[in-house]
Amino acid sequence: MKFFPLIWGNLLRRKLRTSLTVLSVLVAFVLFGFLCAIKQALVGGVELAGADRLIVRHKVSLIQLLPQSYQARMASIPGVAAVAHQTWFGGIYQDPKNFFMQCPVVPEDFMAMFPEFKLPPEEMKAWLATRTGCIIGRNTANRFKLKIGDKIPIHSPIWMNKTWEFDIVGIFDGAKKGTDTTALFFRYDYFDEARQGMNWGTGLVGWYTIRVKDPAKAAEVARLVDAEFENSPAETKTEPEGAFAQGFANQIGNIGFIVSGILGAVFFTILLVTGSTMSQAVRERIGELGVLKAIGFTNGQVVALVLSESCLLTVLGGGLGLGLAVLLTSGGDPTGGMLPMFFLPTRDVLLGLTLSIALGLLTGIFPARTAIKLRVADALRRM
Amino acid sequence: MSNPESTNGALVRLTDVEKKFHRGSEDINILANLSLSVPAGEFLALMGPSGSGKSTLLNLIGGLDHPTKGTVEVGGERVDGLSDHQLAAWRARHIGFVFQLYNLMPVLTAERNVELPLLLTNLSPAQRKKHVETALAVVGLSHRAKHYPRTMSGGEQQRVGIARGIVTDPTLLLCDEPTGDLDRKAGDEILNLLSALNREQGKTIIMVTHDPHASARASRTVYLNKGRLTNEPVA
Repeated sequence: MKFFPLIWGNLLRRKLRTSLTVLSVLVAFVLFGFLCAIKQALVGGVELAGADRLIVRHKVSLIQLLPQSYQARMASIPGVAAVAHQTWFGGIYQDPKNFFMQCPVVPEDFMAMFPEFKLPPEEMKAWLATRTGCIIGRNTANRFKLKIGDKIPIHSPIWMNKTWEFDIVGIFDGAKKGTDTTALFFRYDYFDEARQGMNWGTGLVGWYTIRVKDPAKAAEVARLVDAEFENSPAETKTEPEGAFAQGFANQIGNIGFIVSGILGAVFFTILLVTGSTMSQAVRERIGELGVLKAIGFTNGQVVALVLSESCLLTVLGGGLGLGLAVLLTSGGDPTGGMLPMFFLPTRDVLLGLTLSIALGLLTGIFPARTAIKLRVADALRRM
Repeated sequence: MSNPESTNGALVRLTDVEKKFHRGSEDINILANLSLSVPAGEFLALMGPSGSGKSTLLNLIGGLDHPTKGTVEVGGERVDGLSDHQLAAWRARHIGFVFQLYNLMPVLTAERNVELPLLLTNLSPAQRKKHVETALAVVGLSHRAKHYPRTMSGGEQQRVGIARGIVTDPTLLLCDEPTGDLDRKAGDEILNLLSALNREQGKTIIMVTHDPHASARASRTVYLNKGRLTNEPVA
């Protein structure tokens, strides 16, 4: 800390150059923050997936339905603690761009299976008492200014190609930051009864979620489930919920690789920019470094000064950039529903700060090396 | 071998010192078999033409460079064999430097410049402040403590340089042409200050200079010519 005035003074020596370098680092870290938020939105489901939950879907594809009668058979398989099902409704609220998921579910089974959705008991009671009742996530309620007691019309091109009307009886919150609170869930009994008039779909559901008694035996349970329905008209594919979510994310591509690739290119450029600034800054004051050494600064202390300066430069830019990224992503999903889990996790902010320090150390290495190799007598001649 | 002085119990003693530099395949002798003793409390002026090896000699005494041969002792301690790291720590404890071009940090105020050598000690901020105030008072610049070098005259900057050189109360003050960049009036002020430090505080000072007017203020003058010491001015 006692060296801070010297480090700070050196940083401010060329104000324009320092400002431009800080600005470049800042922009890189804003981009870093945004990409991390996008990655979180795309693969966040994998992290939030329950370790004790399995997803059972049709072996051919997710859009093929499974018989509702499978639920009882699954429940009887050893190792299965609970079973719940969901079905993709694919409805449109007012305009196709107002996208959010809707699914018919059995309320008791569903809420027991997904404790991350928090619904007040009186709203759960109201849902059980209202056949046309639905619950919506806080995010969607806020987005469309919906409240309990409102009716919400949803047009489904899949199911009877008609507008369904639901009564909002509850608004659920997420137990964790990142829990998706954009969906709407309504009662399966109402849904199944209403589609009796269709020639297709009655008694069928989209997919099942199974809670296993022992997460360590999840693979064994998955094998038993698939064996149970082997050679039936609707064979199943069972996998951990995390793998299921990852499969969804992978449809876009290897998100981690794409993000790392972009960030790698950005940080490499910043490495060159900051490295150039630091090298120039050290070259300009070779004589002063010589004076410091002459009055007793050791090589280690001079190196520490150079590295502190480069780290201060990058941490300043990185910190401001990350702060700005937190601010810009705090508004949530910028796409209006496509990225419900869009936020910058604290973990990534800390990673960013670590990266900014690493960047500072890396960019300071070569100038520091120059400072080490400096012969005092030669340096003093360059004042 | 030049040996104009061989006082026992000297603060500084150089014995048979040789310094060569390599330029390509050629060896250039800067100092040859040089011996010198400087007693404690002396104000020694070191004169000689350009390229005679004055600054090299000062660098060897100040532990900024190693001799090719011979020994350098300061305060009874051999410094020629110390590593760079040991030399840095030794310089911080024992040597104060005053440079021709002041060599102040332009980004620091006068008091921060003077404080620099104290940052290498374990003194508390309050203790450092007290030492800085004392050093600035000695050079008569207490009123300029908060000023940056760019706002000060050459003479004032050199006085800050001297304050920085004495703030740790070093064993030895090495001055490399301290008046070389100053006009006569400012140069005289600096010489008065150095004389006072020598006379009143007993500081041992070795000053490299070209200027006979400056060397006249020293208690003894030795001359360096082609790497050898003499007691007589170089013709």
